[in-house]
Amino acid sequence: MSQALTDTDGLEKRPSPGGRASGGLRLLLSNEFGLAVLIALTALVFSLTLQGFTSPFSLFTIGRQIGIDTMIGLAMMAVIVTGGLDLSVGAIGVCAAMVFGWLVQIVALPMGLAVPLVVLFGAGLGLINGFTVVKSGVHSFIITLASMSIFFGVMIFLTKAAAFNGLPPEVQAFGKMKFFKTISPLLLISVATCGGLAAFYSLTSLGRQMLAAGANPRAAELSGIRTGRVIMACHMLTGALAAAAGLMVTARTGASVPSMAGHLGQDWLLPAFLAPVLGGTLLSGGRVSVVGTLLGATFVTVMTSGLLLMRVGAFWILASLGVMLLVAVLADRARQQFLRNKGMI
Amino acid sequence: MAEPLQTDGLLTRAFDNDWIGPGIVSLAAVIGISLLQPAFLSSFNIFVLISAISVNMVIALGQLVIIGIGQMNLALGSIGGLVAVAFVGVIETFGVPVPLALVFGLGIGIAAGMAGGYIIARTAISAFIITLAGLQIFKGINLGITEAQPFYGVPDSVKAFGTESVLGPLPWLMVPMVICSVGMWYLFNRMRIGRHILAMGCNPHAAELSGIDPKATIIWAHGLSGLLAAVAGVMLVAKLQIGQPTIGDDWLISSFAAPVIGGAVLSGGRVSVGGTFFGVVIIAIITQALVMFNIDPFVVQIVLGALILWAVAINRLREVRITRLQARGAAR
Repeated sequence: MSQALTDTDGLEKRPSPGGRASGGLRLLLSNEFGLAVLIALTALVFSLTLQGFTSPFSLFTIGRQIGIDTMIGLAMMAVIVTGGLDLSVGAIGVCAAMVFGWLVQIVALPMGLAVPLVVLFGAGLGLINGFTVVKSGVHSFIITLASMSIFFGVMIFLTKAAAFNGLPPEVQAFGKMKFFKTISPLLLISVATCGGLAAFYSLTSLGRQMLAAGANPRAAELSGIRTGRVIMACHMLTGALAAAAGLMVTARTGASVPSMAGHLGQDWLLPAFLAPVLGGTLLSGGRVSVVGTLLGATFVTVMTSGLLLMRVGAFWILASLGVMLLVAVLADRARQQFLRNKGMI
Repeated sequence: MAEPLQTDGLLTRAFDNDWIGPGIVSLAAVIGISLLQPAFLSSFNIFVLISAISVNMVIALGQLVIIGIGQMNLALGSIGGLVAVAFVGVIETFGVPVPLALVFGLGIGIAAGMAGGYIIARTAISAFIITLAGLQIFKGINLGITEAQPFYGVPDSVKAFGTESVLGPLPWLMVPMVICSVGMWYLFNRMRIGRHILAMGCNPHAAELSGIDPKATIIWAHGLSGLLAAVAGVMLVAKLQIGQPTIGDDWLISSFAAPVIGGAVLSGGRVSVGGTFFGVVIIAIITQALVMFNIDPFVVQIVLGALILWAVAINRLREVRITRLQARGAAR
């Protein structure tokens, strides 16, 4: 299975800055720059042609959605770093949301205590994934396929598929809160998380070890990195971020709903992969782009909102997201080809 | 896996055979449950059980082909769902005769599978991402056409196919399952394309060097997978008596569980049609037993997940054992 995920002969690691190409051209050809231009263009077109696209309320909902999609994308990104993946992000997100609902509605825990507990709980579920992956030596695809079924099954069994509707009013109020009439705190949380993660990957030794383990596990092991522990840490981070995303969805709906991510949490899979892949994170591991993930989520949300305003049926938008993923990976491939032909790689 | 292992004793040799283990477990489960609950062996229950096994076996075969080549197909369920609604849709809206609609539906399945396979083969982007995109696209088209409303115009002949029996407790649905299973067994064991698929799964580089066309093999495998998904989609239409847009939503877990229980190695190159069959049987028996003993049906999800982990562990143990045996053989 690992071969299936990484048999991408063309997807060699991108060179470090300071390669043969000039910095300026490299920036122009980077994923992040291309995405930023795309976002600017689509936003411009939509705001000129669609009435209501730039209304404060529309900007608010777009921003809030960007916040949620970014968090889901970051959750997946954290495990893609090592060349693995986590199909159970949706299931972890829903489980976390349900535990949150139970904690604040039934146990009546104060919010300030419940939120960190839930994030820890998500990290715990991630640790179960990571532990099983590392100890069994089986690819994370199949392990998290199993755990997604188990997590979701246990959650449905315990909750009897019933939602927690009686959350304290502050939860919903937080989801509706606006700064300057347009900015959702959910967006701010995600942007802050992006900042934290970017610093984590570039400045801390654990973050660098994660990248090293993803780029070449054997070399990392030989240089004294305990790859197993690092992979477990990646899965924990994924779990914690997925739990945070689950909390954000709960704040938006004002209730903990078991079906919020679809059957087995499958509905999160596409946004989870779309944002990092659009943003230039390599599926084979070793390279992340936190900013790219944020931009990827932004692009998807802007497109979706615009199409919705154009009265394209919601179901056709689903299909267009799939096309977008396809176009993204094909464009990435074409760009690398271009760079190679120009002798820049 | 090609060289025969010179191992000692019948028991150890049986242990190396992919389908023996799941077969014994299936048999034990049938005996155990029927002792506790004699109604388990009633002809009605056997009919229901075989109907479920038939559909799930075809689904599992659809995934097995792709596992054989060392990839995965996340779009399997959405292809099945799209074919299901397209099949009933053309009958209901255009009055197309059933055989023609069937050809149309199966054609969509093959085309959808081959399109994905073509992109994977041409670009060498991981099958995971391409089929994830495919999953979303086919599901979106399905919902866009149906607006999430089912098609009710299933003709009586199709309904009868899904509910009537050939002989005693044996449902008609068994027929396509048997044809597909025998066909797949023949493909993997006797046909060149089957061996090419397994060779690609074992080692794509070696396969290419031995003159196998990797692109064509990948495209054919995905086309075949799409065809099997389409067959399963049509079978479900017959079984459910309705063109449900949600058909295929829940195939993902079980389509992997059955082949893995049947001893398929997920990195490719080793599959077992017989083992997959018993994998499907085990899952069906457990699902049925939970219903019979009035256990919360949601527990099925937990059990399925646990089964995958258990099977992965067993496969892992066997792999270690086989490598050790091979090493000993080489030393000799």
